[in-house]
Amino acid sequence: MIHRECGIYKTSYQADMALYPLPIAKWTVAAFAVLLIVVAPIVLDEYYLSILNLIVIASVGAIGLNILVGYTGQISIGHAAFMSVGAYTAANLAVRFDMPFWISLPAGGLMAAAIGAIVGIPSLRIKGLYLAIATLAAQLIIEWTINHVPWISGGVQASIEVPRPSLFGISLDTQRELYFFLMFFAVLAVVGALNLVRSRVGRAFVAIRDQDIAAEIMGINIFRYKLLAFAISSFYAGVTGVLYTYYLGIANYEQFQLVVSIDYLAMIIIGGLGSILGSIFGAIFITLLPIAIRWFMEGFGYLLFTQAELMNIVPHMRLVLFGALIIVFLVLEPEGLNRLWQNVRNYFRVWPFAY
Amino acid sequence: MRPRFLLSGLGLLAGMAVTATPALAQSEIVVGLMCDRTGPTQTVGVFMCPGYHDYINLVNSKGGVEGHKIRAIEIDNEYKVPQAVESYQLFKKEGAVLVGLYGTPQTQALTQKLTEDKIPGTAPGFGTASAADGIRYPYVFPIAATYWSQGAAAVQHAKSQLGGLEGKKIAYIYYDNPAGREPLPILEDLEKIEGFELRTFAVPPPGVEMGPQVLDITRRFRADFVISHLFGRAPSVSIKEFKRSGYPLDKIVSFVWGHSEADIQAAGGWEATEGYSGIQFAGVGTDYAVLDDIRAMYKAEGKDAPKEMDSTVYYNRGVLIAAVHVEAIGNAVKAKGGGDISGEDVKAGLESIKDFSLTGLVPPLEVTPADHEGGGWVQVFRVKGGKFEAVGDWFRAYPEVLAKHLKAERS
Repeated sequence: MIHRECGIYKTSYQADMALYPLPIAKWTVAAFAVLLIVVAPIVLDEYYLSILNLIVIASVGAIGLNILVGYTGQISIGHAAFMSVGAYTAANLAVRFDMPFWISLPAGGLMAAAIGAIVGIPSLRIKGLYLAIATLAAQLIIEWTINHVPWISGGVQASIEVPRPSLFGISLDTQRELYFFLMFFAVLAVVGALNLVRSRVGRAFVAIRDQDIAAEIMGINIFRYKLLAFAISSFYAGVTGVLYTYYLGIANYEQFQLVVSIDYLAMIIIGGLGSILGSIFGAIFITLLPIAIRWFMEGFGYLLFTQAELMNIVPHMRLVLFGALIIVFLVLEPEGLNRLWQNVRNYFRVWPFAY
Repeated sequence: MRPRFLLSGLGLLAGMAVTATPALAQSEIVVGLMCDRTGPTQTVGVFMCPGYHDYINLVNSKGGVEGHKIRAIEIDNEYKVPQAVESYQLFKKEGAVLVGLYGTPQTQALTQKLTEDKIPGTAPGFGTASAADGIRYPYVFPIAATYWSQGAAAVQHAKSQLGGLEGKKIAYIYYDNPAGREPLPILEDLEKIEGFELRTFAVPPPGVEMGPQVLDITRRFRADFVISHLFGRAPSVSIKEFKRSGYPLDKIVSFVWGHSEADIQAAGGWEATEGYSGIQFAGVGTDYAVLDDIRAMYKAEGKDAPKEMDSTVYYNRGVLIAAVHVEAIGNAVKAKGGGDISGEDVKAGLESIKDFSLTGLVPPLEVTPADHEGGGWVQVFRVKGGKFEAVGDWFRAYPEVLAKHLKAERS
């Protein structure tokens, strides 16, 4: 029998802010860590690991965007542009100055953070849709700059080939090695974000989201925290871009276009705004859904269509189903997959009693 | 085959162990094809990919390559990189020995992976011009004229149309992205060699507004010839604009992505676009015996030929890719003496492609370990009397200039 709490017994702020509210949470996290870090790389073959890798990278980006949009309430549709800033910074450092990844990766993040903070300046005056358009402008300007400045983009095709990351002289090039590489940074990102949002800074972000005038009156420096939110979010984006660069071995501006920003917004909206776990759910959902739909269509589609028709129908149906499922999940639970998961959890927590 | 996809899907969802599947029956050779039937380049994908499958089916219906059937797995990547990475891994898992890449960012994102895994990938019309260098990129095969070769060919075409280029004015109108700018170094070099005056006109994305540029070209610069390198909706818009300003359409030559049936229709139909020319790396039109074979195959099955066949520009390109794949696999099987071929064997097979024309649809490609472009052959087609008509034969232009640039790029 698993014993659980049957009320709120927290008597101190410390208990309320604890990373693990219950001992069982600690064990669950430990179990997941073992599953992901030990079991998954052993039992999964390369193909499934490659999907996991894509999810891991997307999670980092989604968490970053969620810090800005979900926690601080500032909308940004320039997320992909910040990724490209990180990607090109790291690629240039890696190729021109032969920097190892443990220098170029944080450098990419910091560069993105600096640019992000600048882009965040309009957020001091404008909100909502207006800010969305301001960040859209940033996306276009950054895209244009990378596209037209050969010094940044490294030549005519605006792409820079990057060698595989290497650690102690070992080049990390298989999916399994890259999985550990990516996982390491993803774990750092998750732990960092979880601790950020329960800190003084995180609470300032939430206060700004809920009512920025009230937050200012309470003594929160809006200027500093809004820009900080942009900087941290962009740092995550930059790191995501660097991870993509190392994972694919190339920095290419076409991987970071507007539609990617929209994809990341979709991730956090479906996953749940203002939740770290939700960001990961969203990354999993958006990455896996097209693949799952394809499996489903290819598994059952032959019952209805011929082979040639199927080739043409699967991709289209995939788009339609993709859209439809997003709507279904949002109608089912507007607050995202994270809320859905909490509802399920809360139900089973007191099951079989009503409350 | 199909239920296994599903089973493996369930396996993943349950978090269960899925061990590597053993190799399939040896008589079957697996090829992966990426496609985009739903993304931004869908106007190409919906015609090109059926062309690919039709030719593979034709080969299979005749007994396969040296007795081995080919199984082509197609995955739509929506022109997105993560999807392309995932589909490549699936191809690899299924044992693909050759991958048909689709899309420039996708090609670039997979270049390193292909080299590590020793699986060759073909990218006709995609990727960088420097990928023609087989020493630098051993597992990427453009197998079709790159933008550099197209740029050189466009100048050559202008030269033959104008009867010499000394003192002439050539305008280069291009989509303002890396692909659009790629031919610039070649054009600038040729400007010096041939002594014409080159001026460039960028069209910003999404390329549906180019009135000022066209007016600039026709009224202010008064170009003798126009080289156009546009994508998507932009080519049809450019045709309309040039037409409106009274510029003779037969003084325009387009690169490979601006000269399809769909562009002609969108620009107002065949009559309105009479004279508009374009470079092609696969034969255009229906007068090829291989296309008759495909029609006969459909007829034997009691079906009508698919409507995709009417869009000959992209459909024939699909046939060309499939034919190159089949030829490479055939070479590999012959060299190996059996169907148990690896990616390396197919690479060697691709590099020994020579002297096959597929009844004229394929240029006289000659792929070598150093030249993965196959020579950079193109043919110019012109709108005439309701269809595309070939202007001259397959040709390649200024190979020495291109070789110089490739060499500079390598170092």
